[in-house]
Amino acid sequence: MAENQSLVGEFFLSGDVACAEGAISAGCRFFAGYPITPATEIAERMSTRLPQVEGIFVQMEDELASMAAVLGASWAGTKAMTATSGPGFSLMMENLGLGIMLETPCVLVNIQRGDPSTGLPTMVGQGDMMQARWGSHGSYEIIALAPSSPQDIFDLTILAFDLSEKYRVPVVIMSDEAVGHMSEKVVIPYVAPESLVDRRHPRVSPEEYLPYKPDADLVPPMAVAGQGYRFHVTGLTHDERGYPVMTVEAQDRLVRRLVDKIRVNKSDIIRYREVQVEDADIIVCAYGITARIAQMAVKMARDEGIRAGLLQLITVWPFAEERIRELSQQARAFVVPEINYGQIVLEVERCAGDRARAVLVPHMGGEVHSPDTILQAIREES
Amino acid sequence: MKLWRKSFDAAQVATKPAQVYIDEQRCKGCGYCVEYCPREVLKMSSELSPRGYYLAVVDDDSKCLACGFCEIVCPEFAVKVSTDNAQ
Amino acid sequence: MTGDLNMENQSIEKYLRQDRLPHIWCAGCGIGLAVYCFLTAIDRAGIDPDEIALVSGIGCTGRVAGYVRLDSFHTTHGRAIPFATGLKLGNQKLNVVVFSGDGDLAAIGGNHLIHAARRNIDMTVICVNNFNYGMTGGQVGPTTPLEARTTTSRYGCFEPPFNLPYLLSASGASYVARWTAIHLRQLERAIAEAIIKPGFSFIEVICPCPPIYGRMNKEPNGLDSMHYYQEKSIIRNGADPRETAIELNGPIVVGKFVDKKCPTLWDHLRQVSDRAKERAKAKA
Repeated sequence: MAENQSLVGEFFLSGDVACAEGAISAGCRFFAGYPITPATEIAERMSTRLPQVEGIFVQMEDELASMAAVLGASWAGTKAMTATSGPGFSLMMENLGLGIMLETPCVLVNIQRGDPSTGLPTMVGQGDMMQARWGSHGSYEIIALAPSSPQDIFDLTILAFDLSEKYRVPVVIMSDEAVGHMSEKVVIPYVAPESLVDRRHPRVSPEEYLPYKPDADLVPPMAVAGQGYRFHVTGLTHDERGYPVMTVEAQDRLVRRLVDKIRVNKSDIIRYREVQVEDADIIVCAYGITARIAQMAVKMARDEGIRAGLLQLITVWPFAEERIRELSQQARAFVVPEINYGQIVLEVERCAGDRARAVLVPHMGGEVHSPDTILQAIREES
Repeated sequence: MKLWRKSFDAAQVATKPAQVYIDEQRCKGCGYCVEYCPREVLKMSSELSPRGYYLAVVDDDSKCLACGFCEIVCPEFAVKVSTDNAQ
Repeated sequence: MTGDLNMENQSIEKYLRQDRLPHIWCAGCGIGLAVYCFLTAIDRAGIDPDEIALVSGIGCTGRVAGYVRLDSFHTTHGRAIPFATGLKLGNQKLNVVVFSGDGDLAAIGGNHLIHAARRNIDMTVICVNNFNYGMTGGQVGPTTPLEARTTTSRYGCFEPPFNLPYLLSASGASYVARWTAIHLRQLERAIAEAIIKPGFSFIEVICPCPPIYGRMNKEPNGLDSMHYYQEKSIIRNGADPRETAIELNGPIVVGKFVDKKCPTLWDHLRQVSDRAKERAKAKA
């Protein structure tokens, strides 16, 4: 163990546990959650580990309370996280909106399962991808990451905290039951606390401090409760003082900044992984567990002589629009396998325009695609 | 609400002179201070304020005991009682 | 806490966001009175304002957060208490106060209210009860008395209301009190006591809502409500909370009903945390 009590070494962990350990390594010291398959193990791991590292775990009475408590803890100055699945994700939407409006750094993990409604609690799904982007009411931008393995979810949890602190926005980790419940080798390095990103603190005195006056990157420095800044923040449309100002001008300024602060920083936020894309005619665009199967399908296609490639989305939101547009110049088609009836394929289709086809390979949920299904779709496009 | 009791030492002990200030921008004419002053120091104005309220105004603060109830019973934070002897 | 006001040092202005006044509450509304008592209480009790975090929900009382010069949070409907729970657990030094209304706390927020009381987390909840949802025009709420008129119960309310002191006492709160808008000295003292006392404190403040609830229920002026409180309230400190239910135009039992000493959430948490650390050390 490191002196900050995070694990260091090589371990055989499930995705859920790796996520919890990623949070601990990232400096998360507050978790509020509610049991829900298949994310319960994250809560259970946090309940054992947080007291060991001077953190606090609390099981709240429902998911609404969990999200609210996470926001509160962040405003008290602590890195905070919650974890849930589809039904709980829906419940958290209103307070996710509050988190976006108040510009609260925090991490929300969704281990997706078969949807809609109660669905398939113990089986894989990827049906909440659009909800991650549009689930709360209003115009806003959010960051969503899609890990595809326990190692990946460990790494991306640390990235999620860093991005949320840097951009003062809730970051959603859109994982799935397959990743959450599979166990694989996870290498946990020593993560130096100095290497982690912390929210920017105010550089002026309390008298001069304006809670929502942004810096050049459109992100305002953040004071927290108890530091003597005596700020007021509200979910109502507000101005730079933090006071509710319900005018058309204030709404315009605020909403544009909340969205633009993510959009102007896209090059820092958007990440993807490409395999054999340079000369590809058919590009398989996938995320989460599906990306691993897609990679196998791409290999099989190459073995048959088809020039296929894989674009694995690591950041799903904001969407990698420019990359899809670029690739649509060279590729004939995008094959988009997802464990839903078509969500991210709509984005691919939008960005590819009429330069390339976007072909959905859906699976309603309950199991992952087989490589053959994806290979078949690749064959049909070639 | 007139105070009908007289304290036993009223003859020997004088209360400090006090002034009551009512902020015209904040007062909404609810009448609580006028109603609950034990010495009837305040009254409702018969003129409409620019914001459309009949304000509470000071009638005679020589009777004021500085009990402070008008200040605490004002929902608008509009009343201040002071024994500072400002002009 | 009560007694003669010390005029020379008295200034609540420093706790108000003067640039936001006059406030939006109606003439005669009792919320301003509750706020004044709260600010006087923290001033007199010598509580460090930099360590206070005030959280409110949605509704007329929810606007309180916007008028006080403290670290204040105007959150979502019904979720002030879990937000405050996160604040308190994130930084135990904070003195967390929740200021919200009867609908926000006991209807949509009801679940969070009873769980926070169950946990006995160290925070103070001030519930302004005006018997309806005022901000949206006067709909029926969880504390609206039977037969009372509201915009969604024009023939009379047909649901029995909560008896909040009973609910909170049964849920495990360690301090439960109720006062009305006319009992200002007692309210100020109760708020100071509640904030200083470790554990979950709940204070219900019965307040006038003249143009909305009052107008629909024969109390069209704030003074009508204040007179009603004066005439019909009965101070019974230590009363059994089961007997503090309010009927339309009936007596209002006020006082301090529960004031008990029991371990707070932090006391239990600390024990568990120490145990966890010992076991981790033993394993290593």
